[in-house]
Amino acid sequence: MLSIKDLSVSIYGKPILKDFNLEVNAGEVHAIMGPNGTGKSTLASVIAGRDMFDVDKGQITYMGKDLLEMEPETRAREGIFLGFQYPVEIPGVSMANFLRTAINERRKYHDLEPLSGAEFLKMMEERKKLVDIHSKLTNRSVNEGFSGGEKKKNEIFQMAMLEPKLSILDETDSGLDIDALKVVANGVNKLRKPENATIVITHYQRLLDYIIPDFVHVLFDGRIVKSGGKELAIELEEKGYEWIRKEAGIEEPM
Amino acid sequence: MPELTQNITSEQMMINLFRENFDAIVASEPKAITALREKAIKEVEARGFPDTDTENWRFTNLDPLFHAPYRFDFTNQSRPFDIDKIFTCDVYDLDTFSITLLNGWYVYQNAPLTTLSNGTIIGSLAKAMEVYPELVEKYLGSAADLQQPSLSALNTAFFQDGIFIYVPEGIEVEKPIQIINIIDSSEPLMIHTRHLVIQEAGSKLTLVHCDHSLTHNISLTNSLSETFLEKEASLDFYKIQNKGRNSAVVHNAYFKQKQNSNLNSHALILNGGFTKNMINVELEETEAHAVLNGLYLVDNNQHVDNQLFVDHAAPNCLSEQLYKGVLDDEATAVFSGKIMVRKDAQKTLAYQNNKNILLTDEAKANSQPQLEIYADDVKCSHGATVGQLDPEAMFYLRTRGLCERTARQLLMYAFAGEVVQRIAIDPLRERIDQLVEKRLKGELSICDQCVLHCNSKEPTVFNIDVSKL
Repeated sequence: MLSIKDLSVSIYGKPILKDFNLEVNAGEVHAIMGPNGTGKSTLASVIAGRDMFDVDKGQITYMGKDLLEMEPETRAREGIFLGFQYPVEIPGVSMANFLRTAINERRKYHDLEPLSGAEFLKMMEERKKLVDIHSKLTNRSVNEGFSGGEKKKNEIFQMAMLEPKLSILDETDSGLDIDALKVVANGVNKLRKPENATIVITHYQRLLDYIIPDFVHVLFDGRIVKSGGKELAIELEEKGYEWIRKEAGIEEPM
Repeated sequence: MPELTQNITSEQMMINLFRENFDAIVASEPKAITALREKAIKEVEARGFPDTDTENWRFTNLDPLFHAPYRFDFTNQSRPFDIDKIFTCDVYDLDTFSITLLNGWYVYQNAPLTTLSNGTIIGSLAKAMEVYPELVEKYLGSAADLQQPSLSALNTAFFQDGIFIYVPEGIEVEKPIQIINIIDSSEPLMIHTRHLVIQEAGSKLTLVHCDHSLTHNISLTNSLSETFLEKEASLDFYKIQNKGRNSAVVHNAYFKQKQNSNLNSHALILNGGFTKNMINVELEETEAHAVLNGLYLVDNNQHVDNQLFVDHAAPNCLSEQLYKGVLDDEATAVFSGKIMVRKDAQKTLAYQNNKNILLTDEAKANSQPQLEIYADDVKCSHGATVGQLDPEAMFYLRTRGLCERTARQLLMYAFAGEVVQRIAIDPLRERIDQLVEKRLKGELSICDQCVLHCNSKEPTVFNIDVSKL
């Protein structure tokens, strides 16, 4: 589904990802772990299409297409979803108006008829339950005045509405208490399908107790330095990241 | 002496016009009003018109506006006619008591003064001067400052008619009163309209003031309104401007507020040619509140200048200013908002915010917030931004599948929405909301989709083009 080959990315001339490689197939859940500042969020942003980064080298192929050639909205319509670490507050844009526009622009792209108001509202009511959202979203502005937990639930709710093929969840667990974390993880698990794939980016192993990954990759200094199964996450939780730094021969940052 | 007239200043031209037509202008009005005119024309002589060296007028040049072969009507030229035939307001559900001014004169389709069953008097100012001279004399000219650099003195010298509204003590006027100000002239026209609104203690009023032009001819409107809010009086005021590109409007609004009175003002400029709106609020007594909202959406070479002055003269008052604008093409906007907090005005709360979005490199916005504070126990803030849409929000929307154009429209619509949401009349808010959305999509034709639905044959299409952002 997703194939990243020798990807090097920099910002203002400062290299962040260095010869990064990753293969993700349908049905798989990949966890990308690592200390802060190693390039995890950059990876998510580059896949989603943020233009502040320079891709110096390498390629990303998604469903057989050159992803880097696509605008962010085209990537979204082709089935890529980014769950933001810091969801943006957009005052004055209602959740309902925003999501309906998003869904219908995607449907138009795939030559489908737009959803009617009634169909859309029914879908919204159904999917809200997935992530325990009880409030009326129709009149609320996107993320405005949402608590940290609500914002993250709202990301998963949008994922449920947009039905992506490849979801990238960037630090979705940060700032969540254990109850909210369970709700979010539960939502993600319910949305898992054999034809879809998920990349979970996280600093802590905690989330992976609830979203069980097929593969765990450790990102250090812009590269994957170690990959393994779900037991790697547990090992990291016990021993921290230091031993990997030593094993990979990476110098300690200043 | 045609050569001479070519070389005289705009001020001298207007002074001469005043002297030559003095008898027609003063007609049979009360002596006190004539004395006021004499005083005003002396101010014009002494001070002249504001020019670009004048603070608050640096970015707005009046002078070219006076160089057109204007027609002046010193008597009412409007014949009785059925206003519905040339004009219908298309805010369908808006149930108002509407009154119309044609070329600055009250349209005599009904009686020139109407007294509602609750005692409220609505009608022509010229007629009110005749019927209620004491009342008019007491208030007229007492709020307007003839010495400040504006065209207030010129209006005072020349005004002939306008709207007069008197709301008695404790009366709540249920239906909004709608003033429809229409310009329909085959020649260039200069008009000086004057409004007087008196609200006695505890009264409540909603006033919707719509400015519209039926032709694309040159016109200059120099209007002035004085509004008096006595103790605990409350006014919800809307000024909607939707005028042709060749129209120029200079409007001076003066509000004087007594204890516990409430003013909510909304200036909505969807299209305006040349617009200079001045709002002067004096919070004379304690606990008075004034909220001034504004939205301007302009394109081509339109120029809109909003100048606000809020004078906190008494303690415990609150004022808030929120003005937002979207500018396309070579459009220019000026915002100057001054908050004055006098020495005795302790516990003042005063907030000011002006935000502009520019769609092109040629569009320009000048924002000049000014605070002058002489009291020590006050809470004041001001902010001004001129910029583009939030790139983070743009990216967020695009990652959900919205194309750049749709994302921009949605964000601009939301930007304007902050002001639109403050409109308290439901049908008007819904209509303005639709208009703003259409305007931002470039789908709005001024003549078949505007608030004021006219029969002009030359539809003008609004075209704020979001793809330029």
